[in-house]
Amino acid sequence: MTVSIADLVPGASESGGDLSAATLREMFRFMLLARVLDERMWLLNRAGKAPFVISCQGHEAAQVGAAFALTRGKDFTLPYYRGLATVLVMGMTPTEVMLGLFARATDPSSGGRQMPAHYSHRRLKIITQSSPVGTQIAHAAGVGLAERIRGGDAVVWTSFGEGTASQGDFHEGINLAAVQQLPVIFQCENNEYAISVPQKQQMAVTSVADRGPAYGIPGISVDGTDVLSVYEVTRRAVERARRGDGSTLIEARVVRLTAHSSDDNDRAYRSQRELKSMRLSDPLARFVAYLHDQDMLSEAEERDLRAEVAAEVDAATEAAEQAPMPDPETLYNYVYAL
Amino acid sequence: MPEINLLEAIRQGLDEMMAQDERIFIFGEDVGRRGGVFRVTEGLIDKYGSLRVLDSPLAESVIVGACIGAAMNDTRPIAEIQFADFIAPAFNQIVQEAARIHYRSNGDWSVPMVIRAPYGGGIHGALYHSQSIEAFFAHVPGLKVVAPATPYDAKGLLKSAIEDNNPVLFLEHKKTYRLIKGQVPEHDYRVPIGPAEIKRPGEDLSVFAYGLMIHYCLEAAQSLAASGVSVEVVDLRTLRPLDVPTILASSRRTGKVLIVHEDNLTGGFGGEIAALIAEHAFEHLDAPIVRLGGPDVPAMPFARSLEDAFMPNPQKIAEAMRRLAAY
Repeated sequence: MTVSIADLVPGASESGGDLSAATLREMFRFMLLARVLDERMWLLNRAGKAPFVISCQGHEAAQVGAAFALTRGKDFTLPYYRGLATVLVMGMTPTEVMLGLFARATDPSSGGRQMPAHYSHRRLKIITQSSPVGTQIAHAAGVGLAERIRGGDAVVWTSFGEGTASQGDFHEGINLAAVQQLPVIFQCENNEYAISVPQKQQMAVTSVADRGPAYGIPGISVDGTDVLSVYEVTRRAVERARRGDGSTLIEARVVRLTAHSSDDNDRAYRSQRELKSMRLSDPLARFVAYLHDQDMLSEAEERDLRAEVAAEVDAATEAAEQAPMPDPETLYNYVYAL
Repeated sequence: MPEINLLEAIRQGLDEMMAQDERIFIFGEDVGRRGGVFRVTEGLIDKYGSLRVLDSPLAESVIVGACIGAAMNDTRPIAEIQFADFIAPAFNQIVQEAARIHYRSNGDWSVPMVIRAPYGGGIHGALYHSQSIEAFFAHVPGLKVVAPATPYDAKGLLKSAIEDNNPVLFLEHKKTYRLIKGQVPEHDYRVPIGPAEIKRPGEDLSVFAYGLMIHYCLEAAQSLAASGVSVEVVDLRTLRPLDVPTILASSRRTGKVLIVHEDNLTGGFGGEIAALIAEHAFEHLDAPIVRLGGPDVPAMPFARSLEDAFMPNPQKIAEAMRRLAAY
C-alpha cells in the first residue's frame, strides 16, 4: 500500500502538517527551480550546446520532500543521476549545476571530468557518484558505519531508481545497514522504467518497499508526486536513524516525465496514452494547485516566483557558459591523493 | 631484533597502528572473534572492540563498498578479503569506485583505505584458494598495489599503506605467512610504497620478482653462485607505482633480465616490466628478456602433482637463470 500524508498525519493534507506556509513556498521554489533548470538543459542540448542531459522531471516532489527532512551541512547525501532537486536543496547553486552541464573547470562535482548529473560537493556532504548503478548504496552503508564508529549523529541518505533494486549492491548495502542498524535512509525513486524496461520485468513484487521487511527494516511506499507525504515519511525515517534505531527503505512512486536521457526516445516503448496520462501526475502542478487551494500562494506570487527563477536560471546559464574549460595540462591531476 | 614470521609482522603492524589512531578499523569475514581464517587479526577484537574489528556479512562487494563510504567519512578502513580469489565481486567497487573517486571528483574526495588480500598458491588451495590477482589491479591508475615478501617489508609497507591517502591493495602471499621468518625491529618504522629493493646484488643477470617468488629466486641464485654465476635479485615490493629507475638501472648493469611471477604468463605483470626494459634499456641488453610465469591454465589444480607442475619453484627458476647466463 502506498501511504500518503493523510494516513500519517490526520488533517495534514489540509494544513501541510507542521510546516509553515513560508517553508511550503520554499519547497515549491526548489521544485520549480529544479524543473526550470532541467527544461533549460534540454533546450541547450537540442541547441547543440550540451552533449548530454538526464532529467529529474517528475521526481521533484520526492527529492524536495526528502531533502527538507535532512539537515543541510550535517547529513550526507548520495544522490543518483536524477538527483537535481536533491542537490539544489542541499545547497548546490544553479550556476554550479550548469558548470557541470558544460563540463567547465570550476564544476564542483568533477571539474568537467564526469558526465553531467554525477553530483558531488564535499563541503555540502554530497558524495561523488559514478555511472554503474547501485555502488552508492554500499557507500551509504559505509558512511553510516563510520558515523557509528566516530560517535556522530549525522544521517545518510541515498537515492536510486527501481532498476537498481536488481543490483547486488542494493542487497549487500541494505543488508549491512540493517544488520548493523546504521543511520541510513534508502530512497528508491520508482518511475516504473529502467530506461525502457518496465518494472514488471525488473521484479516480481509490486513495490520495492516490500523488500524492507525481508532485511528486517521498515519498507514504506509513498506517493512520490506528493511533496508533503514524502517529507513526512522521510522525517520519521530521519528521526528513527538519528536516535539509533536504524535504516528505512522508502519507495517514492514517481513519474518520469522525459525520456531516460537526451539520447533516448521513449516513444519507442511508451504509448501515446501513457505519455499523456503521466502528465496528470506532474508533482509540480499538483503542489501549485495545493498551495493555491490553501491560499498559501497567490497567482501573483506564483508569477513573481516563476520570473525570479527564470532570471536565476538565465544568469546561471550565462555564467557557466562563460566559464573556462579545463586546461588540458590538468589531465594528470588528482590521479593520486597526496 | 626479534625474529617473527610474516603473519605476525602484519598483525603487529595492524595492532600498533590501531593503538595510535582511533579512526582505523578492520572490516571483513571472520576477522572478529575468529581472528581471521589465517589468524592475522587474532586478539585485536579484545583490544579494540567489536566496532573496530567488525565481522562483515559474507559479501565482498559491500566489504569494499562500505569501506569506501567509511573512508569518505573520516575513518581509515582496512578491508580484509578472505582469499584474493573471492575479490571478483568487489572488482567494480575497487576499480570503478575506490580507484576513481579522487580523480572523478577533481581532488575533492579521497579514499584512504587498505584492502588486504591473501593470494598465491602452493598451499593445496586448488583453483579458488590459490590465485594471483595482481595483474588485474596493477593495471588501474588510482590504485596502489603492494606485494611484500619479508616480515620487515610487510610490517613497514602495511603502516605506509594505512597512512596513505589512496586505496592500497595489500597482497599477502599465503605461503609466506608462516614459512617466512625474519628480523623485525621493535621501534616504529616505515617502508615507503614505491621503492624496490635489491635483495641480493649480482653481476651477471637481473631477476625481478615479488612475494613468495623472491624467496625461490634467492634460493636459485644461491645455488648458481657455486658455479660462478652472480645473480642480482630485485624485490619489486610495490607493483603500482612501479620503481622503474631501479629496474632499468639493474637491467643496464647486468644486461640480462629474468622476470618471475606465479600469476599466469600471458597478460601477467611481467609483460609490463619486459616492455619497460625493452623500451628504455634495449641497447644495454645482451640477451632476450625472459619471463618465467605460471602456465596459461585457468587456475591452480588441487592434486599435488598438478600443483607442483603449475608452481614456479627454485629448480625451475635456477634452470631459467642458467640458460640465460649461458646465452
